[in-house]
Amino acid sequence: MARLSEKNKTDPKPGDYSGTELLICLVARLMENRKTAFIGTGVPMLAASLAKKLHAPEMMAVFEFGGTDPVLDRLPLNVGGQQTFHKAISALSLSDVMEAAQRGQIELGFLGGAQIDMYGNINTTCIGEHAHPKVRLPGSGGGCDIGSLCWRTIGLLTDHNPKKLVRKVDFVTTAGYLDGPGAREKAGLPAGCGPYRVVTNLATLDYHPTTKKMRLMALNPGVSVRKVVENTGFELDAGRKVGSNEAPTAEELRVLRNEVDPTRLYI
Amino acid sequence: MGGGEGPLFMRPDPDEFRKWIHERKAPLGSDKRMDEQEAVRKLVSPGDYIATDMYGMVRGPVSIVREIIRQRPGDLGLAGQGGMDIDLLVGSGLVKRVDCIYIGHEVFGLSNAYRRKAQGGHVVVAEWTNAALAWRFKAAAMGIPFIPTRTMLGTDTFRKSGAKSGQCPFTGETLCYLPALAPDVGVIHVHRCDKFGNAVIDGTSGMAGELARASKKLIISTERIVPESAIRKQPERTLIPHYLVDAVVEARYGAHPGEMCYEYAMDRPRVQEYLKEMETGEGEKRFFDKFIFGTKSHEDYLELVGGLKQMRKLEKACRGR
Repeated sequence: MARLSEKNKTDPKPGDYSGTELLICLVARLMENRKTAFIGTGVPMLAASLAKKLHAPEMMAVFEFGGTDPVLDRLPLNVGGQQTFHKAISALSLSDVMEAAQRGQIELGFLGGAQIDMYGNINTTCIGEHAHPKVRLPGSGGGCDIGSLCWRTIGLLTDHNPKKLVRKVDFVTTAGYLDGPGAREKAGLPAGCGPYRVVTNLATLDYHPTTKKMRLMALNPGVSVRKVVENTGFELDAGRKVGSNEAPTAEELRVLRNEVDPTRLYI
Repeated sequence: MGGGEGPLFMRPDPDEFRKWIHERKAPLGSDKRMDEQEAVRKLVSPGDYIATDMYGMVRGPVSIVREIIRQRPGDLGLAGQGGMDIDLLVGSGLVKRVDCIYIGHEVFGLSNAYRRKAQGGHVVVAEWTNAALAWRFKAAAMGIPFIPTRTMLGTDTFRKSGAKSGQCPFTGETLCYLPALAPDVGVIHVHRCDKFGNAVIDGTSGMAGELARASKKLIISTERIVPESAIRKQPERTLIPHYLVDAVVEARYGAHPGEMCYEYAMDRPRVQEYLKEMETGEGEKRFFDKFIFGTKSHEDYLELVGGLKQMRKLEKACRGR
């Protein structure tokens, strides 16, 4: 009985969710059952845990340091941490999972960044000149590998504004469509892969099939087309019929809050 | 053939590496146990290129890194893949050249000591990726000068690296050629090894397997030294066989304040303290003075951070299998 009343107490009301929670739910919905996904710490991990508990129980989460398909019952703070291989099917090495990506075995990759541009290129290296940067950022890590080698990548932005969604990134750490159609293949990257979506706190964006330019796909609840366009640092194609992202459902929020991150480490 | 314009700090030379291994690796059958002071004094020289195996706050050879900073061999090169270990080495001012792969603290944020040094132009930086570093070690481990891959192509990461691109002789595709990287010194922290250096890592091994095989001189620091018979009972678990190893340093809780899987959890308050101090140059100096120069050895350091009582707490906080 005590359990039940406690559960009722945390049952979410409609509209009662944070920006982070919305982002996690939107990313989780893009995760597909029986597919393989490279998962980093933060939002992708929460989303993976949520997706596995809801619609994608057999999605295989792969962590860069070698953890594969762990039971994501506690949230890792590091992509090499113990939780990334807790009761996993294997705990191997970085080269092992990167080689899996290079031979085409990893479907989805999730990438954050300080800047994302209209072709989905991502910067996690520096703001300003490389030799004397205004801000030095961590560098590629596995980002450039994931962007080069996974079949489809999904960009994440918690703060959609013109400084982050820019015409041209200061530094192409990770290849999107580079400078347009055919550029990835011309550079030598594996054929048939590249950016797929960008999920932000305002909207979901996708790419035009021929121009490879980013375009508006769906609006988050309460967000107008104008707001997205104004907060984007390049001319965003918003011409076609734009969809809308559903708010997190009561079930998504319940699982997220009570099972995915009960100690509220992230949310 | 195209090439990155970034500096190549370590030119691949398989014949020189073969010669080194043939002539200068520790003799077979030698007991390699020594304390951290002796290991660093014997194996780390000014001008050396150092690589550690760590990601974020996990299984890093932090006690050895502190000792390197205490002994102050200057003009170092560094494979910048990691968190606290790399941040401390760069912050110490001993490092002049960095192959930057990832220097940061994941969910905990930017690596501020490195950020200040890079923004001030105090270090020369080349860019690489996680896979690139692992595969550069792999090429050295294979005894070849480079390895063809399909990562990094078309990016500024490639442009600021020392990689080259060229045509595949079989398919005609453009490939990214990664130069073999044989660091002067590799430093790896493991769960257990015997006195000869036969080493076992529990959980994911990151780049340890490749780094061990690519290093000219290899320091293994270990939570425990076990009898040779324990190694021979489970030979399939030996990730790093003794013939790769030059020094064995027993360092219980050597990854503190980071985590060591199945052994002890991350010391979160200590990590927070470190991150907070590193936010400013003054804090950084305070941190170095207190935790590195203010301690003479790893034992000394452990006493400073709460001794056995605190370590037991971290063991309790660590999850089982």
